[in-house]
Amino acid sequence: MRTCLVVDDSSVIRKVARRILEGLDFQIVEAEDGEKALEVCKRAMPEAVLLDWNMPVMDGYEFLGNLRRMPGGDAPKVVFCTTENDVAHIARALHAGANEYIMKPFDKDIVTAKFQEVGLI
Amino acid sequence: MTPFDYEYLRRLLKERSGLDLSADKQYLVESRLVPLARKSGLPGIPELVQKMKSGADALTAEVVEAMTTNETFFFRDKIPFDHMKETVIPALVQARAARRSLRIWCAASSTGQEPYSIAMCLKEFGSALAGWRTEIVATDLSQAVLEKSKAGIFSQFEVQRGLPIQMLVKYFTQTGELWQLNAEIRAMVQHRQLNLLQDFSHLGTFDVIFCRNVLIYFDQDTKANIFYRLSRMLEPDGVLALGAAESVVGITNTFKPYPERRGLYRPNTAPAARAGVTIMAPPALRAVASAR
Repeated sequence: MRTCLVVDDSSVIRKVARRILEGLDFQIVEAEDGEKALEVCKRAMPEAVLLDWNMPVMDGYEFLGNLRRMPGGDAPKVVFCTTENDVAHIARALHAGANEYIMKPFDKDIVTAKFQEVGLI
Repeated sequence: MTPFDYEYLRRLLKERSGLDLSADKQYLVESRLVPLARKSGLPGIPELVQKMKSGADALTAEVVEAMTTNETFFFRDKIPFDHMKETVIPALVQARAARRSLRIWCAASSTGQEPYSIAMCLKEFGSALAGWRTEIVATDLSQAVLEKSKAGIFSQFEVQRGLPIQMLVKYFTQTGELWQLNAEIRAMVQHRQLNLLQDFSHLGTFDVIFCRNVLIYFDQDTKANIFYRLSRMLEPDGVLALGAAESVVGITNTFKPYPERRGLYRPNTAPAARAGVTIMAPPALRAVASAR
């Protein structure tokens, strides 16, 4: 079973994402900020990361930069999932190495479509 | 709603839009038409039917529109668009090199996600199609969905269902929570109101026809008739794309599967098929077809 790391400081969002992604046959690991997410990736690199932007300690953008510089860090498909819903943020995320981008609020259809788009389903 | 009201609506919808409602679909009719009745100042479906019977044509048109299903999203099912990109368009670019034009028909185009997906797909060919005349004709029974399609404005939810994020950034402009397709993509699509039950030969011939997720609502005879008439609209080397749950098998021999490309079909050029031998086409529908 493939692993998806869900990174969000909101436990509610992590719970919603977990329910959706478990329905898509992913095993879920959770982290509440970028720093904790990096520790998870150092232990075992996930196949997918669902990533919030604004978080305390280390935000999603900084996490992504660090992840892509790690050995094997170019492998996970990273899907941003954030309330930063403007073109400038989307362009920044893509430039930093994000594979897809979900604008909150989201639902199961959107997550499924985006994960299909990057070949995770 | 009385059984007589339901039977009246069933028959009317079959005649006007081809919608084939089974006897157990009262809930669907109620869920779609009770809000319409109330919007029209009527207490319920019996009064709505009464008013339709008295010759309220505009209301009848609204009933037909309300009963059509407009579920759609960008690059729906993905695979047909991959086939377009990898096989169909490259082959047509070669075959049409002399005339440098492509005509694509998107039948039952709903709110525009499908024709605009095709437009973006063509745009991605860049210089290979530079200087070509590319025409995408989008038709639908419902004027309301065509108006939405023409505007090319989509909600945040709509642009996230099937549309790759790179294409959103490249082809759309954001206005608050809404996203509008750029004028260049919008201009590639022509919109026309059209009922697939009626003659559509005036549209001319096409290189590709998308007729996806609409024939599932029709009965077998209507499907056979439409397939026959579609086959007459396609160039001999043209391609028909159907929905994931649709097929020509057991319905018509006017099309044959496109080799190794699921969901795509080519006109069957065998003499019997070209003569319009269809399976189970009723006389009335055959008459429409042969009148062309």
